[in-house]
Amino acid sequence: MARLTVRKTYKLYIGGAFVRSESGRADPLGEINIPRASRKDVRDAVAAARKAQARWAALTAYNRGQILYRAAEALESRRAQIEAVLSEDGAGGGEAVAELDAACDVLVHYAGWTDKLQSVLGGVNPVASPFLSFSLPEPTGVVGIVAADRPALLGLVAELAPALAAGNAVVAVVSRSAPRAALDFAEALGVSDLPAGVVNLLSGRLTEVGCALGAHRDLNAIVDVSADAELGAELDRLAAETIKRASHHPVAGSYEQATEPALERIAALTELKTAWHPVGV
Amino acid sequence: MTVEPRQALVWDYAPAPEATDHLRLRDRYGLFIAGEFHEPAVPRYEPSVNPASEEPIAEVAWAGPADVRRAVEVARAAQPRWAALPGRERAKYIFRIARLIQERARELAVTETLDGGKPLRESRDVDIPLAAAHFFHYAGWADKLRYGVVAREVAPLGVVAQIVPWNFPLLMAAWKLAPALACGNTAILKPAETTPLTSLLLAEICQEAELPEGVVAILPGDGATGAALVRAPGIDKVAFTGSTAVGRDIQAALAGRDIALTLELGGKSANIVFEDAAIDQAVEGIVNGIFFNQGHVCCAGSRLLVQESVAEEVIAKLWARMGRLRVGDPLDKNTDVGAVNSAAQLERIEELVRAGEDEGAVRRSVACELPERGFWFAPTMFTDVSPVHRIAVEEIFGPVVSVLTFRTVEEAIAKANNSVYGLAAGIWTDKGAKAFQVASALRAGVVWQNTYNHFDPTAAFGGYKESGFGREGGPAGLRPYLRVVR
Amino acid sequence: MSRRLAHVDRVGVAERAAQLGRRSIKTTAKQQGIRIAVSVMDLTTLEGSDTAGKVRQLCAKAVCPAPTLPEIPSVAAVCVYPSLVGVAREALAGTGVRTASVATGFPAGQVSLAAKLRDTGDAVQDGAQEVDMVISREAFLAGDDARVMHEIEAVREACGEAHLKVIIETAELGSYEHVRHASMLAMEAGADFIKTSTGKAAAGATPEVCLVMLEAIRDYTERSGRIVGFKAAGGVSNTKAALHRLVLVKETLGDEWLTPARLRIGASSALNDLLMQYAKTQTGRYARGEDFSLE
Repeated sequence: MARLTVRKTYKLYIGGAFVRSESGRADPLGEINIPRASRKDVRDAVAAARKAQARWAALTAYNRGQILYRAAEALESRRAQIEAVLSEDGAGGGEAVAELDAACDVLVHYAGWTDKLQSVLGGVNPVASPFLSFSLPEPTGVVGIVAADRPALLGLVAELAPALAAGNAVVAVVSRSAPRAALDFAEALGVSDLPAGVVNLLSGRLTEVGCALGAHRDLNAIVDVSADAELGAELDRLAAETIKRASHHPVAGSYEQATEPALERIAALTELKTAWHPVGV
Repeated sequence: MTVEPRQALVWDYAPAPEATDHLRLRDRYGLFIAGEFHEPAVPRYEPSVNPASEEPIAEVAWAGPADVRRAVEVARAAQPRWAALPGRERAKYIFRIARLIQERARELAVTETLDGGKPLRESRDVDIPLAAAHFFHYAGWADKLRYGVVAREVAPLGVVAQIVPWNFPLLMAAWKLAPALACGNTAILKPAETTPLTSLLLAEICQEAELPEGVVAILPGDGATGAALVRAPGIDKVAFTGSTAVGRDIQAALAGRDIALTLELGGKSANIVFEDAAIDQAVEGIVNGIFFNQGHVCCAGSRLLVQESVAEEVIAKLWARMGRLRVGDPLDKNTDVGAVNSAAQLERIEELVRAGEDEGAVRRSVACELPERGFWFAPTMFTDVSPVHRIAVEEIFGPVVSVLTFRTVEEAIAKANNSVYGLAAGIWTDKGAKAFQVASALRAGVVWQNTYNHFDPTAAFGGYKESGFGREGGPAGLRPYLRVVR
Repeated sequence: MSRRLAHVDRVGVAERAAQLGRRSIKTTAKQQGIRIAVSVMDLTTLEGSDTAGKVRQLCAKAVCPAPTLPEIPSVAAVCVYPSLVGVAREALAGTGVRTASVATGFPAGQVSLAAKLRDTGDAVQDGAQEVDMVISREAFLAGDDARVMHEIEAVREACGEAHLKVIIETAELGSYEHVRHASMLAMEAGADFIKTSTGKAAAGATPEVCLVMLEAIRDYTERSGRIVGFKAAGGVSNTKAALHRLVLVKETLGDEWLTPARLRIGASSALNDLLMQYAKTQTGRYARGEDFSLE
């Protein structure tokens, strides 16, 4: 008799733990159930991100780079499984392989940014008075991401990696039509020494979690890749309530698209701080 | 006190030697060319000696002119393919090297300590982790070069010849190789004659990382090998770290040839303690500034300038602190000051210390038991030093600090700048405004405020004046290995 | 008059303290270090739920921490609340282990000076040989150094023959410069020991505050000729932490401070870890909790 396989239960990733939706709901995806996150899951995820953000930003840039690189290592070592999931969920004919190649390399690319963005984005200001004045980028805080629907993995990684490289914590709504790859990727993040809560991944319906995320007042920025004009406009209106930094990105479908405006992606999720210090005896 | 001690105790740390049984050193190393170890064209093998015991550790091939020529040809041939790789692919090779250094960290640390005499505490906590960090940092630059130098298009220089000293053998190799490779150059590295072993382990690591053949060559040898390398036809750039005398020769040898050059040379760096400093931390900084790596540090804080109002206190505290330095077996995890790197260097230190005494400075050396075999010099302080004395002017490159005093900020700046060197300086004051003013007035490439001897792959390092030119570390460290096309 | 603080650099302190935490203490040095750590320990219980029974059991442990390891010495003292001093003194009679008591409205110190003196007097009356007082952080943070010193001097007098350990509660002072300043005030006012913490605040005897206080002792002793002891209390919860404190003392003040007359470590949970680590040095096997008694 053929052995019965042990099936995997897909879960949300909140605060470093793999949890079911607090609502107890799930949406079927073929034979599998995908947790359907609720507004309260969004609330928990943002709280976890807020709690984790300061610690993440306080790590040395070198340390953050090593952790992102470790995430690339972890993803590379799980790629066979995730490729299979992507293919099953519709990425056909070598697309899945190319997507994994790109996702790993995008993580490596942004791992290399952590200890460079201050020297590239910051600098000393030659002010016309006896002061040392310098400006440095700092993370904006907690970033919400409404990820692209496809490519399911690369679309998420392309937005996640720059936010993390800048020192932010993230709450992301993953692909709606193919959420498994992103939820599998959460397991790679879970073994990358990423502090719990720095990344939180939610599966669910855009109308529900997308707006709930955009409406959360303790979010500093929202990145929208939904390609849904109506939702985008709603997110903009919600952002205006607390002056969130809102941006709408085209879908990143390749390594080049995910990295070419790398510095712009990072800079959009930072705040520039200028400090003044007297010079004189 | 009314409580009598139950027992009078002396608590000393038991010997805590680091194990060496995990080392995978070979008895004999060849030249690393085209991804493999080779016999030299004219066979010559020299022992690499442990300066703490004078025992040979392994035999190492020394490269002659024919080997240098071959290495340059191979590097030349490999360079276009290496440069043609997308930056992100070059990056991944360099990331691999960083990871492999981290994986073999303890083996590299112990080898560094055996080969060079530095305390394991330093090779373990400073040299090896920083070497890995340098590769990690520059790996990340490989696909971001345009951002580092702000250009639309950049190109590598070609084949670079790199010569490193014996004081931080693997770390200096990392400082040289990491940016060169990230920029798309191929490199020929010559380690110092007394400390080739970790570079040869790095050659093994290049193999493990599957670095394309010919991208890195490691050619051990002495000054003759170095001289042949910098004069070899087919190189595009020379990067040298070492003495000012040799740097001068190299610069002269390259005269009239279109070869890029960076030099990181000697120093006589001033460590300036103002009266409003946090004195206890300043004393730690002085100790770290001059006794780190037995003072074999080009940026060592060898000229201590102390404001007269606190000179007595600083000198007393420094002398007391020096008495607690643990001098001895470099492999012991509790050793603070290890062996002098070579007999020749010991001789140089002794000669300058004699000069200091002859010129009338007051010498105090820590009374510590030194091993019978090996090369050792007790931590030493000279007070009553005048700026005219040789020990206030010349680089000793040993555990010897010369203490001079000053009265005002202006005098401190003038005395600090009164040197042909300009590598580094330290400033100790609780007043930030003063620290920044003094920092801007100093003619030195690195100025530490309320710390000393801190290094980071993101921070540029290099000298003014006869301490050399060019910078290593951070985006500035890319520039010497790149050509801006437009 | 504005207060003048000596400069202490936080980053430098942290680096030096961490550097000394990397000393390798192995084999015979570890055994001897553990014996020293036990011999300077103030075995402490300071809970609302303390009873005579609990204190008697603790005293038995203090006198003979490990019957199976005869070379392990008694601890230096047992430290309890004033109401239990009599019980401890009786249980420790003739053992050489001293009786210590916290006093002066421990741990907050937010009572009148009269109450502090009465508290101290009671403890001494009942047989306390050592008194652990807390400084008035209220006065210190308000900048009233004179009142801080006056209180210490008054308590010092109320102690009579008893030893006075002055707790400066480093976690509530705001900076290392204030830690050094409070240390100096306590020593000037006559403290026999200066002590880091009550164990009830957010942080205890971190390596950094220990280093700053030890440097203050070194400088005060050098200047005045009077020897002052040091007590690390709070957060020294295992062998590694205890040995780290010993290294800090050894390399800042010297071996002559490694005796109960000049050094104390206030702890409770660290004792059994010390015993387990000691047993490991002899057997080569990591020990388990059940190998040693609870109290």
